[in-house]
This record gives sequence, C-alpha cells and structure tokens, in this order.
Amino acid sequence: MTLMPPALRPHFSYSGLRHGARAALPAFPGFIMFALAFGTAAAQKGLSLGETMGLSAFVYAGASQMVGLEIWQQVWTPATILTIMTVTAVVNARMIMLGATLQPWLKHEPLPRTALNLFLLTEAGWLIGTRYHNEGGRDVGVLLGCALILWLVWLATTFVGFFAGALLPEPKRFGLDLVMPIFFGVMLVPLWKGAKPALPWLVAGLVSLIVHALVPGYLFIIAGALAGVIAGMLIE
Amino acid sequence: MNGFGSFIASPWGSVLAITGMTLVTFLCRIAGVVVMSRVRITPRIERGLRALPGSIILATILPVVIDNGWPAMVALAVAIMAMAATRIDIVGLMAGLGTLAVIRAFG
Repeated sequence: MTLMPPALRPHFSYSGLRHGARAALPAFPGFIMFALAFGTAAAQKGLSLGETMGLSAFVYAGASQMVGLEIWQQVWTPATILTIMTVTAVVNARMIMLGATLQPWLKHEPLPRTALNLFLLTEAGWLIGTRYHNEGGRDVGVLLGCALILWLVWLATTFVGFFAGALLPEPKRFGLDLVMPIFFGVMLVPLWKGAKPALPWLVAGLVSLIVHALVPGYLFIIAGALAGVIAGMLIE
Repeated sequence: MNGFGSFIASPWGSVLAITGMTLVTFLCRIAGVVVMSRVRITPRIERGLRALPGSIILATILPVVIDNGWPAMVALAVAIMAMAATRIDIVGLMAGLGTLAVIRAFG
C-alpha cells in the first residue's frame, strides 16, 4: 500500500467525496440500464412523473421499485399500502447486512451524515466502498461521494427512461441486460484472498441457486447471503 | 367510507405508498448499523461479516448468469480474467460486456 497514506482512523474529507465520485464510475452502466428500465416500465404502467421520480429519489432500491410496480394500485386502500410496504421490506432486508459491515467504519461519524450515507446505501456503492476499505482507506467521504453520484445518475436516468424508454434500442443486443451481474462479478476479484476464505461464497452461491429454483421473487439473494455469513462464522 | 379511507383512495394514496416504502427501506438501511453498535463484535461475527461481500455477489449473480446460459457464463469469466489481469474495474466490465455483445451478434 504505497499509494495510500497510512490513515487507519476513520475520518471524513471533501477530497474523499471527489475520490468516491470517480470510483463510482464502473457502476454507472448498471445504474443507467436499471433506472432506464424502471422509468420505462413505470411510464407504461401509467404512473405519473412525480410518482416515478418519488420512488427513485426516496425508495432508491431498484429491485423493490420494480416489484413495487407489479403491485402498484390506481386506488389505494390501507391493505394494499401495507402489502407494498411488506413486500418492499422483504426485498430490501438484505441491506441490513450491508449496514452491519459498515458500522465499525461509521461509528465516530456525526449522526446526520451517517443517516444520509445510509439513506443512499446501495449494493454497488457498498461494494466499491468495501473494496476501498479493504485496501486500507478509511475516508468516509469516499463512501458518501460514491453514493451521492450514483443517486444523481439514478434520478437522471429514471427521468430519461420515463419519457424516452420506448425509443431506446433493445439493450440485449449490446449485452447491457447483464451489466449489473458482470459488474458484481468484477468486484469479486479484489475480494479474493485465496480458496479457503472463499468457501462461504460457494455455500452462498449454492443456496441461492436452490432457493431461486424453488421460490419466486428475489428471496434467493438474502437466503444465499445469509448462508454465506453463517458458513463464514462456522468455518474456523 | 371514513375520512382516512377516502384520503388513501385519493391521489394522496400514492404519496402514502411511496412514504411507506421509503420508511421500511430506510429502516433496513440503518438497522445493521444500529444493531452492530449494540453488539460486541466477536471474532466469529467478524468472520461472518467478512464473508458477506463475496457471498452477496455470488448469491446475486449466480442464478441470473445461469438463467442466461453459456454466453453469460463466458462473458462473466472473461470479465473476471480481465479484472484479475489489470485490476481496473472498468476494463473488466467492458471486456465482459464486449464478449457478450460479440457472442450474441454471431449467435
């Protein structure tokens, strides 16, 4: 680690914000494709621009936004609102684990900044932040800068998808439907520390495959991730 | 219909739905930090958390890649090899996407 100054104590800097925004670049294609798809689908479903942008700005969690569209109502009742909240909570429950790994890094941060950082928490931003942290970085600004720029990209491309989604070419032709999985796969490389630490990953992958085959929806992600964490705890 | 019911049935219902979704999502986002600030992190818990990033990646991508067949698997393999060789994430991503586009163009 000759590139990074020895700054092992967590801190925050504005230059970190810029660093984080730059580090977020590889996640742009995935965010752009997903938000375009969401904006397009929301317009087709008949949501207003305000509803569509509201979901992207405040819920800001792609999978749950897509699932939310499937059960979106023209006329709401207390029961349908409870349903959409429950489904959202189930799809996003995996974020509990992301936050758990960030706690040691964030524990000396002022509360409002941590609230903002967590409000903007996504898997892609967390993976970029985790890589930076694993390489010795402790500037919380990097995490926040990455999160802020990804949020802006998400909002802007939701807007474009809402109005121009129907005009866009078929993303499959360019392999763009798989941009998010391939980005995640790339982020696996810096995490690799040999075969033994990767054993829990194998457990996670197998469990997610089994759950995916048996249960519809996005449950396979949290099931696999939980299995991996438990395997990590059990393997000495 | 009572006052609350007719309020929910009005266009304000969407605002309420988005607010509810935002609230539960934010609770998921903060819950891990809140819980871990009250738990003593033992070596066992630390090992579990260290396994999370790789586990969540495999759990997310494996079913999707397998559903998309051998072109997706080859593209993923190329992306990982390019990343391992260069350590530049954008290079790995472009190598993977390029491979997939080429396979599909000729497939």
